[in-house]
Amino acid sequence: MSDLNPSPQIGRSIPRLEARAKVTGRTEYVHHLRLPGMLHGKIFRSTMPHALIRKIDVSAAAALEGVYRVVTIDDIKTVLPHPYYGPAFHDQPVLADGKVRFAGEPVAVVLAYDRKIAEEALGLIEVEYEELPAVFDEMEAAESSTLVHDELKPAATFPDLQHLKGRRGTNIALDYKLRRGDVDAAFAMADHVFEHEFRTQQVMHIPMEPFVTVADVVDGQATIHTASQGPSFVRIEMARFLGLPENKVRVKVPHLGGGFGGKLYIKLEALVTSLSLLVGKPVKISLTMEEQFFMVTRHPCTFKIKSAVTKDGKITARQCRIWWNGGAYADIGPRVTQKAGFTSAGPYDIDNVWIDSYAVYTNRPPAGALRGFGAPQTAWAYECHMDMMARELGLDPADFRRRNILRNGRPQASGTLLRDADIELSMDQVMGHLNWSKPFDHGNGAVRRGRGLAIGFKGITAPTTSVAIVNLYGDGSCALYIGTVDMGQGSDTVMAQIAGEVLNMDAAAIKVIHPDTDVTPYDMGTLGSRSTFHMGTAVRLAAEDARNKIEELARDLGLPPGSNLPVAELLRKKYGMQAGNIIGTGSFIPDYEKPDSETGQSRMATPFWGVGASGAEVEVDMETGQFTVTKLINVADIGVPINPKLAKVQLSGAGIMQYGFTTTENMIFQNGQLTNGSLADYKIPSLLDMPRDFINEATQSRDPQGPFGAKGAGESTTIALSPAIGNAIADAIGVHLLDLPITPETVYRAIQSVKSAKAGA
Amino acid sequence: MSTHRLIRFTLNGVPSKAMVSSQDTLIDLLQNQFDLKGARESCSQGLCGCCTVYLNDKAISACLSLAWFADGAEIRTIEGLAQGETLDPVQQAFIDAGAFQCGFCTSGFIMMTKKLLEENPHPTEEEIRHYLVGNLCRCSAYPEIIDAVKALSRRAG
Repeated sequence: MSDLNPSPQIGRSIPRLEARAKVTGRTEYVHHLRLPGMLHGKIFRSTMPHALIRKIDVSAAAALEGVYRVVTIDDIKTVLPHPYYGPAFHDQPVLADGKVRFAGEPVAVVLAYDRKIAEEALGLIEVEYEELPAVFDEMEAAESSTLVHDELKPAATFPDLQHLKGRRGTNIALDYKLRRGDVDAAFAMADHVFEHEFRTQQVMHIPMEPFVTVADVVDGQATIHTASQGPSFVRIEMARFLGLPENKVRVKVPHLGGGFGGKLYIKLEALVTSLSLLVGKPVKISLTMEEQFFMVTRHPCTFKIKSAVTKDGKITARQCRIWWNGGAYADIGPRVTQKAGFTSAGPYDIDNVWIDSYAVYTNRPPAGALRGFGAPQTAWAYECHMDMMARELGLDPADFRRRNILRNGRPQASGTLLRDADIELSMDQVMGHLNWSKPFDHGNGAVRRGRGLAIGFKGITAPTTSVAIVNLYGDGSCALYIGTVDMGQGSDTVMAQIAGEVLNMDAAAIKVIHPDTDVTPYDMGTLGSRSTFHMGTAVRLAAEDARNKIEELARDLGLPPGSNLPVAELLRKKYGMQAGNIIGTGSFIPDYEKPDSETGQSRMATPFWGVGASGAEVEVDMETGQFTVTKLINVADIGVPINPKLAKVQLSGAGIMQYGFTTTENMIFQNGQLTNGSLADYKIPSLLDMPRDFINEATQSRDPQGPFGAKGAGESTTIALSPAIGNAIADAIGVHLLDLPITPETVYRAIQSVKSAKAGA
Repeated sequence: MSTHRLIRFTLNGVPSKAMVSSQDTLIDLLQNQFDLKGARESCSQGLCGCCTVYLNDKAISACLSLAWFADGAEIRTIEGLAQGETLDPVQQAFIDAGAFQCGFCTSGFIMMTKKLLEENPHPTEEEIRHYLVGNLCRCSAYPEIIDAVKALSRRAG
């Protein structure tokens, strides 16, 4: 992406504001924070996936020299009678409360001034369990009489979940429905009906800075330093949790060493704040890499998809049924279930759509948001399904898509019209890079070649609010007060560019004040590709407000219009010295209509559409199943890139991450026990894994609703990547894989299944 | 039980000493006693490279090295690369190429890149990939990291 937009600040690839700090090792992360008198907490974790706790004996641990205190839920309850938290359901106790629901769940905490002593004491804690039957698979759990929770407890923060309150006897935490047209009639009349079932695996975010929180609760005031993507949410939820007003809870977030959706809502904050409240001292808990796997993960899912197609390749109906394995605690799973549910029929123009999407509790580590809010899992199913149908119908997969693709101005399954979404253009660009119209050499020996493409889209979490403050000081220099967390995506820089554009200032000279809820105003969270669009608009409005106030001040001072005196001089004229401020504020909430709870229909279900298309070429060794992705292409519609270089690294970075989720990453469980929870056994992509021919680009587009035409870029290239590779493998070996990840073993088995089917025929 | 001992070493060119326990890693020493934050513990298994420092001019994983063994050694960290305000060419090349996002792994990549170019001033792309494979970047700024190393190689003439 070159710098196409020669305006003063927008479309310029300036270096990150914090670039020097990052290359000199001086960046501030909570990872490093130490407060005077601070205790370190180490977590004792459950060894059982589902069990009643009969007895916890902490006496030996507490007696170890240097241990300050060993804490269980009974201790916490002396200061907090109901220590349960969660963004969608208040279902998670800060420490196991009489029962454990997954192997790895926190049961007790050792506090010590020396982290190593706390760690040593963990080995001295003894717990007696009474094992309960457990349920791990989402399909089994949906029907099972083994219950993870006795009763559903929706949180007040999400009014649309209130109907679930008090529901008992089920592991289904949410059933989302979308109904459009008459699916039954369309299936009855169809020339062809295709039905397939796909599954995706459990994976983890693996931020290089592991989860960490430092809490200091003293005199009824809580200060929480936390590696969080959602400081405003943490404040509101911790205020509720502690029974304090918002102004007694201060949440501070410096830079984050990666987040990817993991560090959202409430994670360690509830536990660490409880501990600090209990002991009256600052407490820090910093997870190890191994422990991160027990914090939050991406939902595995089972997706049954069925389509009715006419003989000329027009899809007339689609039924989607998805079961999301949410693990033991709901986290934000119900939102994933809804948001991924509503786009799960894919970016196609289909008159009759039926979607059921279920959030399911199981005895696995909890699942939440991970770069795409479920969209990548659904695209794996609907885009492999497209190629499988095209193959059966004898149609070119791109041509089949084009006959059905959703175009701007047409209603998506929710009834919301598609707008400013370059789905077809993205596919065209991918096809161009694949030379799709040219013949392709599949090879005929031991090595076969294949190519594939896929498209995908996502809705954006709505309605959400961002508020920004622009502050011009007495010398005219400028600071931006925002709650957006820079976790590497470059939001500080992009927001400074937006403010700079409005105020005609050099973005690099603007200071971005990091989230501190005592100082920075509300923001819903740094999530779901929303920041550039939502906070970017709030920043634009705040900067415009400041600009108006500058003009107002000039008028008040009796200056002629257009005199354009610098702000410093205006303030000096007003106050007689270098003093005062000009403060502009802006807040933004996009237009939204809540979907109907029975039909999922809405006039405005999303503020914008995330769009991604991917293409892949592969080589497969037909004797071993080993495969190489020789070429990988990602194209996304991100509107106008505010900073093209930062946008590009977002697109390629998200793509490589999803490449890991496609080929190597897989949390493997045996009887509920995670067997590969470390970087030694759970392999994330390295430099050697990155495909040699790797193209990432944006379409030339503009979203008129976004700030200077921009929209989000953080997730678009995660959506269609897995099915593009899956379809390329199928093109090479002649059979489709239905499950992620794609490994040499699964490819080998698929090749063998074709061979034995042929031998049997 | 841990015991303590006084060790002496050179840290970024400065003669230094510290009391360390037999359990302290080099990361503990650097962070807790010298407030150096560039080398970071992430995977704790020597697999991610976030904790890379030089011990007697050799790149090592500071999360796996006991501080005790640094007695008499020369330690160099990311904080010791810049000359005052002037960044090391590798640091500058990482900025120019935009070779990082969250920055948590960046120190390790820069330290390893310096070693790579010392040993091989003109690496091929395959050599770059192989040499830096022990450093993991979850934000995956890998294309830009390769760009940074290639730019340095070109400049080396």
